[in-house]
Amino acid sequence: MSNKDIKLVQLPSPNFVPERDVNKPLMLEVSHLGIDFGGLTAVNDFNIGMSPTEISGLIGPNGAGKTTVFNLLTKVYEPTRGTILLDGRDTHGMNTIQVNQAGIARTFQNIRLFDKLTVEDNVKIGLHNSIKYHMPTGVFRLPKYWKEEKKAHDRAMELLSIFDMQGMAKYIAGSLPYGAQRRLEIVRALATEPKLLLLDEPAAGMNPSETSELMENIEKIRDEFQIAILLIEHDMNLVMGVCESIAVLNFGEIIAKGTPSDIQNNPKVIEAYLGKQKEG
Amino acid sequence: MLSYLINGISLGSVYAIIALGYTMVYGIAKMLNFAHGDVIMIGGYMAFCSTSYLGWPAIPSVLFSIIVCTMLGIVIERLAYKPLRDASSLAVLITAIGVSYFLQNAALLIWSSNPKAFPNMVDLPNLVVGDIQISSVAIVTIIACIVIMIALTMFTTKTKLGKAMRAVSEDKGAAQLMGINVNATISMTFAIGSGLAAIAGVLLCSAYPTLMPTTGAMPGIKAFTAAVFGGIGSIPGAMLGGILLGIIEIFAKAYISTQLSDAIVFAVLIIVLIVKPTGLLGKKMAEKV
Amino acid sequence: MKKFSKQTISGFVNYGIIIVFFLLFQILSATGNLGSSLKGQLIPICSYIIMALSLNLVVGISGELSLGHAGFMSVGAFTGVVVANSLSTAVPNGIVRLFIALFIGAFVAGIAGIIIGIPVLRLRGDYLAIVTLAFGEIIKNVLNCLYVGIDGRGLHFSLKDEQSLHMEPGGRTILSGPMGALGITKLSTFFVGIILILLVLFYIQNFVNSRPGRAIAAIRDNRIAAEACGIPVTKYKLMAFVTSAAMAGSAGALYALNFSTVVPKKFDFNTSILVLVFVVLGGIGNLRGSIIAAAVLTVLPELLREFQDYRMLAYAIVLILVMLVTNNEKAMAFINSKIKSLFKKLRKGEAR
Repeated sequence: MSNKDIKLVQLPSPNFVPERDVNKPLMLEVSHLGIDFGGLTAVNDFNIGMSPTEISGLIGPNGAGKTTVFNLLTKVYEPTRGTILLDGRDTHGMNTIQVNQAGIARTFQNIRLFDKLTVEDNVKIGLHNSIKYHMPTGVFRLPKYWKEEKKAHDRAMELLSIFDMQGMAKYIAGSLPYGAQRRLEIVRALATEPKLLLLDEPAAGMNPSETSELMENIEKIRDEFQIAILLIEHDMNLVMGVCESIAVLNFGEIIAKGTPSDIQNNPKVIEAYLGKQKEG
Repeated sequence: MLSYLINGISLGSVYAIIALGYTMVYGIAKMLNFAHGDVIMIGGYMAFCSTSYLGWPAIPSVLFSIIVCTMLGIVIERLAYKPLRDASSLAVLITAIGVSYFLQNAALLIWSSNPKAFPNMVDLPNLVVGDIQISSVAIVTIIACIVIMIALTMFTTKTKLGKAMRAVSEDKGAAQLMGINVNATISMTFAIGSGLAAIAGVLLCSAYPTLMPTTGAMPGIKAFTAAVFGGIGSIPGAMLGGILLGIIEIFAKAYISTQLSDAIVFAVLIIVLIVKPTGLLGKKMAEKV
Repeated sequence: MKKFSKQTISGFVNYGIIIVFFLLFQILSATGNLGSSLKGQLIPICSYIIMALSLNLVVGISGELSLGHAGFMSVGAFTGVVVANSLSTAVPNGIVRLFIALFIGAFVAGIAGIIIGIPVLRLRGDYLAIVTLAFGEIIKNVLNCLYVGIDGRGLHFSLKDEQSLHMEPGGRTILSGPMGALGITKLSTFFVGIILILLVLFYIQNFVNSRPGRAIAAIRDNRIAAEACGIPVTKYKLMAFVTSAAMAGSAGALYALNFSTVVPKKFDFNTSILVLVFVVLGGIGNLRGSIIAAAVLTVLPELLREFQDYRMLAYAIVLILVMLVTNNEKAMAFINSKIKSLFKKLRKGEAR
């Protein structure tokens, strides 16, 4: 109801690329989002909109506030200002856990796996809210336990197969090589059945061949799961290659939005990355 | 009523001195030095031995006790805590409990569990104001607390070493890059904290003149409560928390129940941690994601 | 494909150890080879094993340090005594009464766990440890002033003294403050103790390898990531804490109903530390280690009475050394290589 009212008012579209999916409703609509730490404004007037199957990139120099935006979207930090609508539902008052249950999953810049557990268990923890049984069922090993555990195992293997990681299922997550740990984080996030997947520097520490493989996989994930993906990345080949739309953040504010080619030619962006250019 | 208040402030001053040790160590090493209370007990025994067995006068025995405890603090830090600088907080805490237990039981073997009568270190007449008598120990304790407080504040704000301490407690890595010797600074913090514990030990035993291997344990935990109450890491906070806690304890003993006074003090800790985990004067520390 | 996973096999080994332990002592006692001092230790061993297992659920699996575990044991112990005492005419069968007392002891300790856990589990690390310690002391202080009596009209409670119970003539005092419980009818048996261990073991092992157990391990390994996976952190931490408290309560009831008198001071901070030593020495998170450490460290001091004075000192050194060694990569690598070479030698020996 209130949403309809808002849509009657003519506002500049928050979309990265307004032409894309004109008739579809937005799955993520962030308006005027901001946070202050003490007196410092880390993010200010952040507006984006994403369609249900859009792949977008969030780029910007170090310290621009990109990860802070992820932390705001997932409510690791409580926003000082602004609203986040997920499928038209305001996430105000939700915590990290509820936001995940509502459909936002993420990975972390500094990998956060459950290091002492196996790869399979890491994925099964992601499945926590989709494959359920109660404590007594588990303790007394009732038939439902075996049924649901089988389901969880099959699903975990299926998800691991996205990155051909079934063979690693029994390994301890903390002992995996760096690239595999990043991939496992993505699998675990997917296991929570999100509508929106936030990837924080997914290619960091990967070699070029791993990165190009990752690019294919990001597109594959979007097509298979029909979800939106927002990623932070410094690898411009990846960002320009896979993202349909890009927002550039500098000093906590969006300085440019648009398609990859718009961004590449935007003088403000060039300035933010390279400093003011005196001569061509 | 007034005499309860003065007793409370006096007991609170002892807690405040102990709490300073907790707060400084917590601020810099991010660890709860569980053994701090037992250093107090060792301080008490040292002063007791030097006066009762060696017949030293009060001031040299207090100095002796301070020196021994300072060394003890450094040794504990080097042997038990330094190897665990990068270990989980669970491991560090268990080790600290081990050290606490070690000191208590070593004292038990050396001095047995029989309580020792602590000699009167403060040989001054009591102050009489109207019909209220204020014990000289209480006055000395309060003065000592104020002096220590001022000295410590000056030290941390004015001297180079004090500034290094604050730098390390803000950010170890950055401090190291600025050329500060982090390990030496941490050792020094332990040394100062333990030296203060010795003074607290003497003052505590002067006010409550029975000395046992477990003497330090309860005041230690209560002083930690005081440090948390005031805001851990904050020097004025430790002072404020200590004195408030002392007053609460004395009044609880006087007006509610002697047996339940400890329970009441702990209830205060629990309420503070739940309502305002950062304490009265503490600052919020955000977790980096 | 293997039929059983490693965890399942390891779980069965644990049950086996307990059953062998039981049979061994049954045979020893039947043939008259069991010393009376050791015989008196059998039930305390059982309760300490349960204590160690239940603390391991909090420290090892949930990754939080609780220093007030003896408080829950205490709640269970005195609840058990009161229940057993007040049911003495209603339920004449000793074993049935024991089971009721164990169950209600566990239940009340579990409720204490909920009351304490809800505020405490919002805290982390050192704060949580110190607050559990504070709660342990509060429980001890309160039980030290608690008087309970029974007469024709039912149970009477007081926090002041025996007179203020206002009992009818002929009423019995069950708990009398610092004197604790006097004249307890001994109900606990070694057999029931073993059954209780097996139940606790069954519970923990199956719990750990199920959905809630995984959630708890996830919270331990990385709380922020667990939240980002949509796991209700507080709910699962509370689940582990309360379960552990209830188990400690049953251990307390088993312990108390083995003696004719029990005082509140028995369950002080030292007892909490003792159980922590079992867990640390047995290996944090290692159930079998907890069982063995609890059994050995309860029996050993009885056998080495001359060294009684050094016992606590030795525990302190054990705590420090185990922590220093297990957190030192070089030392761990050295120990692992030694163990491996030892196994190699053993295998060679077998081959010959």
